[in-house]
Amino acid sequence: MRSEGRAPFGLKLATLLGLLYLHVPMAFILLYAFTTDDKSYQFPPPGLTLRWFGVAWARQDIWDALWLSVRVGLIATLIAMVLGTLAAAALYRARFFGREVITLLIILPIALPGIVTGIALRAALNLADLPFSFWTIVCGHATFCVVVVYNNALARFRRTSGSLIEASMDLGADGFQTFRHVVLPNLATALLAGGMLAFALSFDEVIVTTFTAGQQTTLPIWMLSELVRPRQRPVTNVVAVFVIAVTLVPILLAYYLTRGTEHVAGGGR
Amino acid sequence: MITRQAPSATTAGGAAAPAVLLAEVSRQFGEVRALDRVSFAVEDGEFFAMLGPSGSGKTTCLRLIAGFETPDQGTIQIHGRPMAAVPPYDRNVNTVFQDYALFPHMSVLDNVAYGLMVKGVGRAERHRRAGAMLELVALAGLEARRPAALSGGQRQRVALARALVNEPEVLLLDEPLGALDLKLRQQMQTELKALQRKVGITFIYVTHDQEEALGMSDRLAVFNAGRIQQIGTPRVVYEQPATAFVASFVGAANILSAEQAEALTGQRQSCALRPERIRLNGAAPAELQAEGTVLDVQYHGASTRLRVALDAGPELLVDCPSEREPAAPGARVSLGWPRSALQPLSPETPG
Repeated sequence: MRSEGRAPFGLKLATLLGLLYLHVPMAFILLYAFTTDDKSYQFPPPGLTLRWFGVAWARQDIWDALWLSVRVGLIATLIAMVLGTLAAAALYRARFFGREVITLLIILPIALPGIVTGIALRAALNLADLPFSFWTIVCGHATFCVVVVYNNALARFRRTSGSLIEASMDLGADGFQTFRHVVLPNLATALLAGGMLAFALSFDEVIVTTFTAGQQTTLPIWMLSELVRPRQRPVTNVVAVFVIAVTLVPILLAYYLTRGTEHVAGGGR
Repeated sequence: MITRQAPSATTAGGAAAPAVLLAEVSRQFGEVRALDRVSFAVEDGEFFAMLGPSGSGKTTCLRLIAGFETPDQGTIQIHGRPMAAVPPYDRNVNTVFQDYALFPHMSVLDNVAYGLMVKGVGRAERHRRAGAMLELVALAGLEARRPAALSGGQRQRVALARALVNEPEVLLLDEPLGALDLKLRQQMQTELKALQRKVGITFIYVTHDQEEALGMSDRLAVFNAGRIQQIGTPRVVYEQPATAFVASFVGAANILSAEQAEALTGQRQSCALRPERIRLNGAAPAELQAEGTVLDVQYHGASTRLRVALDAGPELLVDCPSEREPAAPGARVSLGWPRSALQPLSPETPG
């Protein structure tokens, strides 16, 4: 599997540069959260201070935006976990005409540019004469959150030996008991991982939200609006640092939860 | 506790109904006829083997009895009760799966107690019974392990205990020893047979290994291409194979066509001749004799197998004890066998 030879120096250097390119900008975000200069980003920062954390903490608009983002993320994730699991179970087990088409249609929202999803949803909401609200944002987010959960659940179904369900039925468990005692425990970590990824996606979504939100401001939308007026600029950086932390934790957790599940569950040999 | 009395289910006539009865059962998968009008009865307490090559329908037959498949035609009864509309979880039948299908997220004890749990048996009671069953299959002490931390042989025993703890009327075993190495497989054959005698449950055992089927079963059914070729005790199936397929699938056999048989014996009837029934350069005169040339010699340990081209045409396999120095390739030999060693064959798929 793994090649024994060592990678050439050039390749290592290129890898290092690539990783730096990806992550150095984040270090600047972190750095300028502490700068004493509140108008422009000059390097090096003229001084370091913690006062922006206090300022950010005291601003009600930030708290409102954060609370909205958390609620949207949680509910969109919940919807995605139910619908994604059901879709994965149905498409894994059943063989029917049009199955491939439905698979494609479920996955499509994550492949489509957010701007298309956004415009389409906005037009549909207008046509249906539905007012923009908290729930329109949730529905917009759920479109791509479902895909993440669906993919995770489907991958786990594929790795679970089909005879486990038959074994459970054989031992006297009806459909509900089999789901509760065999299917769900086998899916649990995959669902948790999918749910966390879905939440992370929802939490930093801008484009679909722009098209489906009315007056509400989610945290990413708030940050975008802060960029155009450079008052108290480091506050935006403080919030950005917070967002990085909030999204990193579930992604790391998801990674650790699904790690080591590469073997086929139930393949008893 | 797990030794059962004879079942109370009886037919209208008063005689005990067979444990499992299949009547004219067919099952089609798309274009493939997996089972074609199969009928047989398994007696209560019997060790019944279903033997055949892969794709012969034996596993489909097992899945029909378990309830994972429904027959397209025909009926299945378990202890006289028709199974047409009965789902797997309402059948008093349990299965040992080929890949064991142990629940990976449960301990060994919880795996074994699963069937009792879903039936609502209390925690203390089901753990006690599962523990007793694990003791029976010599796995005491491994209760807390996960299946992933067991060897293949241990998993096999857990699968067996998990099925037996429910005290099924019939235990179905789908090539349960297929994943084990030869030594362990032979040991488990002996243990399974002893276990079956001890618990007195009807075993229906699917295998493609003729040695397993002959050694363990009370009776066996030989499957080929969705049909049963022969049902009988191991001795009858081996010594009086009904068709050329049975003769060559169960053990080794020389199949003589009607023409070849006529040249050798004077009787125009296709027949089978077991290699070990042929005597080489026999001291005592045999009823039937033929001359030939040795083509090939294979040493098999206890016996040595010769391939001999007869002057009359056909090639014959001959097994002789290895204690004698065998003939070398190219040597002229004379073969002899009693008339009773010739087993007349009927055309494929009788009936």
